[in-house]
Amino acid sequence: MTQPSPDACEPLQIEADVLIAGGGMAACWAGISAARSGAKVVLVDKGYVGTSGVTATAGPGHWWLPPEGDARKQAIDKRMTTAYGLGDPNWMERIIDTTWRVLPTLSKYYRFNINDKGDTVYNAVRGPEYMRALRRAALDAGVTILDQSPVLELLLHDDGSVAGVNGVRRQEHRNYSARAGAVILATGGAGFLGGLLGSSTNTGDGHLMAIEAGAELSGMEFSNEYSISPRWNSTRTLIYSYARYFDADGKELDVLPTNDVLERALVNGPVFALLNESPDGLRQALPQIQPMTLLPFVRKGITDVYEKPFEVKLFAEGTIRGTGGLRIVGEQCETTIPGLFAAGDTATRELITGATSGGGSPNSAWALTSGLLSGVGAAALAKSRGRRLDSRVSAQGTVGLRPRSNAKPVDRRSVLKAAQDEILPLEKNVFRSAPKLKNSLKVLESAWRELRDHDHAEGADAVIARETASVVATARLSYTAALARNESRGMHQRQDAPEQKPDHARRLLIGGLDEVWTRPEAEAQWRPTHV
Amino acid sequence: MFELVVRDRCTGCNRCVEVCPTNVLEPGPDRVPVGARVEHCQTCFMCELYCKEDAIYVGPDRDNPEPVNEADIVASGLLGQFRRDSGWDEWAADPKYDNQIWKLGPYIQAGAKRSVERVQVRIAQRVRRTDPPPSVSEQSKRST
Repeated sequence: MTQPSPDACEPLQIEADVLIAGGGMAACWAGISAARSGAKVVLVDKGYVGTSGVTATAGPGHWWLPPEGDARKQAIDKRMTTAYGLGDPNWMERIIDTTWRVLPTLSKYYRFNINDKGDTVYNAVRGPEYMRALRRAALDAGVTILDQSPVLELLLHDDGSVAGVNGVRRQEHRNYSARAGAVILATGGAGFLGGLLGSSTNTGDGHLMAIEAGAELSGMEFSNEYSISPRWNSTRTLIYSYARYFDADGKELDVLPTNDVLERALVNGPVFALLNESPDGLRQALPQIQPMTLLPFVRKGITDVYEKPFEVKLFAEGTIRGTGGLRIVGEQCETTIPGLFAAGDTATRELITGATSGGGSPNSAWALTSGLLSGVGAAALAKSRGRRLDSRVSAQGTVGLRPRSNAKPVDRRSVLKAAQDEILPLEKNVFRSAPKLKNSLKVLESAWRELRDHDHAEGADAVIARETASVVATARLSYTAALARNESRGMHQRQDAPEQKPDHARRLLIGGLDEVWTRPEAEAQWRPTHV
Repeated sequence: MFELVVRDRCTGCNRCVEVCPTNVLEPGPDRVPVGARVEHCQTCFMCELYCKEDAIYVGPDRDNPEPVNEADIVASGLLGQFRRDSGWDEWAADPKYDNQIWKLGPYIQAGAKRSVERVQVRIAQRVRRTDPPPSVSEQSKRST
């Protein structure tokens, strides 16, 4: 074990104009723009900026449309159709335009591809190299990066505005306390520790911290996207583009992107993928497109991946490819807490994709743009109101840090498993119904109370306690919202309410810690069911 | 899941400890890193990518350890494969390992088109044979 340094009991004191929690693409873009706006920026990440988060293991495409002609208008019209009344065309236009202008400016740090026509391709980047480039760009812009330094809780001034964060340098076993004029939450989406590649860092920490501080979230019912992989590990999904699927009897399944045949089959039994229609060009280029894709297959001893069927599983993506997150109330990605901004998957992406997943390019464009906007906004706010170091502040963390009742050892693994058994299975989270959701919420409520009342952890152990609490908290929010949205819309399908109800075309807000509340965003024409 | 560090290759730089996103590793008594919290390993292979000595081996299964023999792994040619295929460090100038991520989008689109056509043909054939109607739901749960 690493020994604590002699002064380990003294928390490290940090001051900044802008503090950024998180270390993925949104956090980096936020850091770059805040620093270029003249702010002193400290970025604290749970893992390492470069490998943390779902971008690092992925190959993000960006929503990429030229300003000429009507390509943008057509794309926005199409997205508005699948947003099912919850999207905002102005936000779509804004992120398309920003992404188009800004992404090429990374060319000093990232070697963009030249395609077979000799054109530079800006919108498709490879995760590890992209995150390595963003780290270098952030450092060059003057951002101070603290790796392995997860945030544990928010600090608020007495007037309710954000004052900073508390966290821990987990490899030094030393707490820190950071004060800042503005805070940006870019801790990623809530993936429920369901095993999706790269998502173990994305436990919904920002969501929990935000609701503890009284923030509003939105769209948490849209938290049930899944992605295909071998049963034994989540891998990249390009090779399934040409996949055929079979049940255990060898009967081929009519799987389409627009139906739920695959999900239904997986509820009923094992499903096998066969990749034999993958064209030669793809097979040859795959290691250079995504070197990570075949790696686990080869190591599993599977050398005939294209010829022999293998068993597959759908891995939960939660709100990562879902769309819910912190409610955005301003043009610079302000949340409902003064001084607190949200970027990337921590924020709701309903503005650009509504009730349909923005997985792939819209989400990446959103991460870039929301990062840039929040960075500029946070820098300006911090400049105007200062760091307010003399003001009294209060720490907002509850579960895992300050038990409600008597502190006693809690079996976190079994609490986590109980929550995952409700939120991960397809039969509960894809094929939703009020009775199923109510049953699950009973389990989630008791998991929440167990942690809230008794769990108490310090130092690096507190990180695990808070992750566990975040998974339970975000699962509870998701299902509470899913129960309240008494209809079917986009990815949220209710077996007991299969119709899309015209008067439900509103975003559903949610918040609260002990008593979770929901309400429609605008004036209510319908009343949600409270739990 | 993280399996082993080849001690002969490891220089004790502990770069892997620094970059692991889930804090699985820590320096051992002789500075060679050990898997202190392998239950948190997400099998993302990032430690391998950042190890210039090609000293680390991560097994393919995310949930279960699959112990391997060090000599076998060294002989297998798997060490450093990911870093090489990624064109990092000394491989950066080798065109064989050029990053071609731009092909991802076109292949996904072509594959999706082909898959939809294939299913449509199958459904049409069944309808012609007056089989029972296919169980393709019209509900659009998923997008794109």
